Amino acid sequence: AVLPGVARAGAMQDDKVTPEEDATSYNNFYEFGTGKEDPKEQAKDFQPMPWSVNVEGMVKTPRPYTFDELLGKLPVQDRVYRMRCVEAWSMVIPWQGVQLKDVITRLQPLPSAKFIEFTTLLDPKRMPGQRRAVLPWPYKEALRMDEANNSLTLLATGMYGKALPNQNGAPLRLVTPWKYGFKGIKSIVKIRFTDKMPNTTWNDANPSEYGFYANVNPTVDHPRWSQGKERRIGEFLRRNTLMFNGYADQVASMYSGMDLRKNY
Amino acid sequence: MKSRFPALEAPVRRWVRPALWLLVVLPVPMLVAQLLLNQLGADPIDKLERLSGLWALRFLAASLAVTPLMRLTGWGWLVAQRRFLGLAAFFWALGHLSVYTVLDWFFDWAEIGKDIVKHLYITLGMLAFVLMIPLALTSTKASIRRLGGVRWNRLHALVYVSAIAACFHFVWAVKKDITQPIFYGTVVAVLLAFRVVWRIDRRSSSRSVSGDTQSKPVG
Repeated sequence: AVLPGVARAGAMQDDKVTPEEDATSYNNFYEFGTGKEDPKEQAKDFQPMPWSVNVEGMVKTPRPYTFDELLGKLPVQDRVYRMRCVEAWSMVIPWQGVQLKDVITRLQPLPSAKFIEFTTLLDPKRMPGQRRAVLPWPYKEALRMDEANNSLTLLATGMYGKALPNQNGAPLRLVTPWKYGFKGIKSIVKIRFTDKMPNTTWNDANPSEYGFYANVNPTVDHPRWSQGKERRIGEFLRRNTLMFNGYADQVASMYSGMDLRKNY
Repeated sequence: MKSRFPALEAPVRRWVRPALWLLVVLPVPMLVAQLLLNQLGADPIDKLERLSGLWALRFLAASLAVTPLMRLTGWGWLVAQRRFLGLAAFFWALGHLSVYTVLDWFFDWAEIGKDIVKHLYITLGMLAFVLMIPLALTSTKASIRRLGGVRWNRLHALVYVSAIAACFHFVWAVKKDITQPIFYGTVVAVLLAFRVVWRIDRRSSSRSVSGDTQSKPVG
């Protein structure tokens, strides 16, 4: 079901779901190559299962969890979300997954935990893109605990009603639709709870261009791309980018009082 | 100049122009066909933008390669290919700019203006193109006669600035994996390095031998 906020988001009522073919053949997943078409080709032999996720840090029982231990029996969500890439293109993708907050409840972090950090699989044998040091591997991303517990935040295991394709981050990825796409870390093997703001990969690689928060914000220009407009994949004319990618109702309150120009 | 590869010279001279024409024009129907057959991926505009820019840079680098090739072979007639390749680079750059203006931004002048002012790689791309305009306009034999060899050469030295700007435009247009821009940047750097070496060479030799080399086309 589409979230109420998604359907209501004014200017974007004409959101049409991006063709599955486009969403699965146009990917930024540098672990499988830096070209947009590379991941589909280079990830085709990747075997995601069996999968386990190491839970670490400020949490009741730090230990490895199997895929089923982590997600099993949690209510599965259907969410149609806009995805806005920092490169100024966007898609609309139907995801299936569980709310991250349900997983967090299951894992029982300590009250001292303020951030949650995710790490992608590091295995250059299975992820050929990691044989070149394009980014400081492994890929890491993180959220503040309130962001992680926001009901929009999803740990996706599927899209278009099917298991998550390898090139889209199988078997388990993060989806935070009000943030630029690079926050949506793929093929997660580690979840760590911590009280310090973790380093994140793109921020490490290029701090002047990519911040920790990475909230979609048409008023804060990226040094490389104008962020005021975006091209929806499959459309010709650019459309205006909305504050928080159109999810301001659900997320803006988390950032009240923060200077979003500094905390980009 | 003395011809160094006499056996090769006649066939190359015969075929070089048709071959270059093919090379310059062929990507157009190929790209149009790919576009119509939906072979340019999920964001065909972005792909067209990249590919047209890449062809412009390739021909720009090729035009810079002519003078070293002339020195190597002693084939003075190659100089005409230099202008041909320069024009090819200009028209591909024009195509690249058209994709950007029409397909990417659809004449959204406000956004285009902001893009040029705020994003250095766009500024440099525009600079690279604008510098090519006077070169394209004076690419005829009549222009060379009118301006005279020395002035024409001096004007066309702008191609060096344009090429350097184009290379940085490419490097900064890329998000992280700069393998390709580094490759083309290295090619252009090597081709420009020839000019620097020749200039130093000439300066040191003109101290011992008094002779006016200034009036010869230097590329």
